[in-house]
Amino acid sequence: MNLNNKPEPPTEKRERRLWEHLWDDSMGRAGLLLLSLIFLISLCGPLIFKFDPKQVAKTAQEILQPPNLQHWLGTDELGRDVFRATLAGSRISLLVGLLATIISIIVGTLVGLAAGYYSGFSGNLLMRITDFFLVLPLLPLIIILAAIFGQSFFITILVIGLTSWPSTARIVRSQVLSLRERQFIERIRALGATDWRLVGVHILPNVLPLIFANTVLVIAGSILAEATLAFLGLGDPVRVSWGTMLHFAFVAGAAGRGAWWYLVPPGVGIVLVVLGFIMTGHTLDTILNPRLRDY
Amino acid sequence: MFRLEFILKKLGQVAVTLFAVATFNFLLFRVLPGDPIRLLARAGRLTPEAIERLRLLFGLDKPLPIQYLYYLNNLLRGELGISMTYRRPVADILSERIANTVLLLAAATVIVVIIGVGSGVISAIRRGTRLDRSLVITSLVFWSLPTFWTGLILIILLGVYLKAFPISGIFTPGVTFSNTLDRLLDVGKHLILPTITLAIVDMGQFMLITRSTLVDVMTEDYILTARAKGLSFRKILWWHGFPNALLPIITTTALYVSLVIGGAIQVETIFSWPGMGRLMYDAVLRRDYPILEASFLLFAATMILANFLSDLFYMIVDPRVREA
Repeated sequence: MNLNNKPEPPTEKRERRLWEHLWDDSMGRAGLLLLSLIFLISLCGPLIFKFDPKQVAKTAQEILQPPNLQHWLGTDELGRDVFRATLAGSRISLLVGLLATIISIIVGTLVGLAAGYYSGFSGNLLMRITDFFLVLPLLPLIIILAAIFGQSFFITILVIGLTSWPSTARIVRSQVLSLRERQFIERIRALGATDWRLVGVHILPNVLPLIFANTVLVIAGSILAEATLAFLGLGDPVRVSWGTMLHFAFVAGAAGRGAWWYLVPPGVGIVLVVLGFIMTGHTLDTILNPRLRDY
Repeated sequence: MFRLEFILKKLGQVAVTLFAVATFNFLLFRVLPGDPIRLLARAGRLTPEAIERLRLLFGLDKPLPIQYLYYLNNLLRGELGISMTYRRPVADILSERIANTVLLLAAATVIVVIIGVGSGVISAIRRGTRLDRSLVITSLVFWSLPTFWTGLILIILLGVYLKAFPISGIFTPGVTFSNTLDRLLDVGKHLILPTITLAIVDMGQFMLITRSTLVDVMTEDYILTARAKGLSFRKILWWHGFPNALLPIITTTALYVSLVIGGAIQVETIFSWPGMGRLMYDAVLRRDYPILEASFLLFAATMILANFLSDLFYMIVDPRVREA
């Protein structure tokens, strides 16, 4: 019996296969292309079309203008260019979504690993805490936390990150539970590997593909959560995201005044980004769960 | 038929979770920056004696553990504090609003279950066809829609341009109704747009869950056995496939309730629907903490209750849980 022989194929190779599968699937490819396009626009757009939030209208005619040659997507209630504001807002929305996701995934993975690996009292306690957070209604929880701790860029990130980890923890835990009973883990344990080594080197790499698929969906959820929170008036009033733009549009009565050009661009931005992540995440799910795939 | 022990155990869990939520709520709103009395007084210039009287009245002179006992005692008696903006007991305000939210959520849930589960089943049995693919893509798009934005777009399209439906409130303002039927019809008209908004956004995930669980079940060995016995496809689907797919769908109840509560807050805000969600939005704007605290507690209790009911339903449907 060759103890050094790893029973699982090397992770690097597995991950490359995951990317290839993703690219081979038409929905996965569409999702990836959509995301690349949006990231490119969000990176370069604001450099080409600079947005100055202080450049407000001097005459009443400049306010809430429909699209014209000078303002491609019209103007807002202060006479500012909606097209440029949308480009600038994309950065805030994406950044909040990504940073919140990093917090959520780290917390969720750590809790899930610990809860799955330690089967005794501490593992159970962690799972109880996770279940407790799962039973709290998400949006009301985020709303009261933001209302209590204030409206700023970093608080939004923290609030979303620290409330959205329980589902990741559950997924990681159930995977660790099944891995723990596998023979190769027992063999390595018999060789005298420490807990840290066992979890870090042998269990974590086998959970990573699942975490990755989950991460993509968590980003989608975080971006939607930020947009909702900001729309309800709990976003950073200075760093204006798509959600904050829609909040200002709503407060200014854009819907009732038929100012579609003020509502459509930031909303379409949110939908396209979220759709890109969801299409990618859905495809990853299908790849990792072969039963759904085989037709 | 029912396992009493199972129900008692679940009820015990419900009680413990409710207690934990109440404690969490108490702690959360006690770390608030600022003096609660000042928030209550709202920038008013109060004499030191008046402040002291309020402090005694609300028990804020006592240490935190004693305040906690007061709080629990008040909760058990259904006293949820006094709203800072409405200057009325929070419990009274909530009881006026709950029915409107329940009406909205019930209407949306009926649509979501019928269309969501229905299209999920169709998609699963037509797996791999063009119909399946377009249903899946439609669901993913619906899932990506922010609820509030969908509502705003529907307001512009169907409310402002087509003027097909009323876009705000629950009754037409300034109208006296000659009979109950007219009144109900008016409410029904106001209900249409908020319901459609909620249903569209929450339908997608429901359809995808139904589809994936049914696909999972239909690849099980016992389905193959049923087919080998020569049963018709219809019989296999409705007798062997669907009941087994129903179980995982029931366990997503908590997810659905969380989704739909979040949806209610957004939809009620946009359409000025006088329910719990709009109340919470107004409370956020005015930082009316007693209302925020109570609505959060109520929403969390709803989630816990929904979980309990789904456990009970699971037990009724699944004989393994029922008899084991």
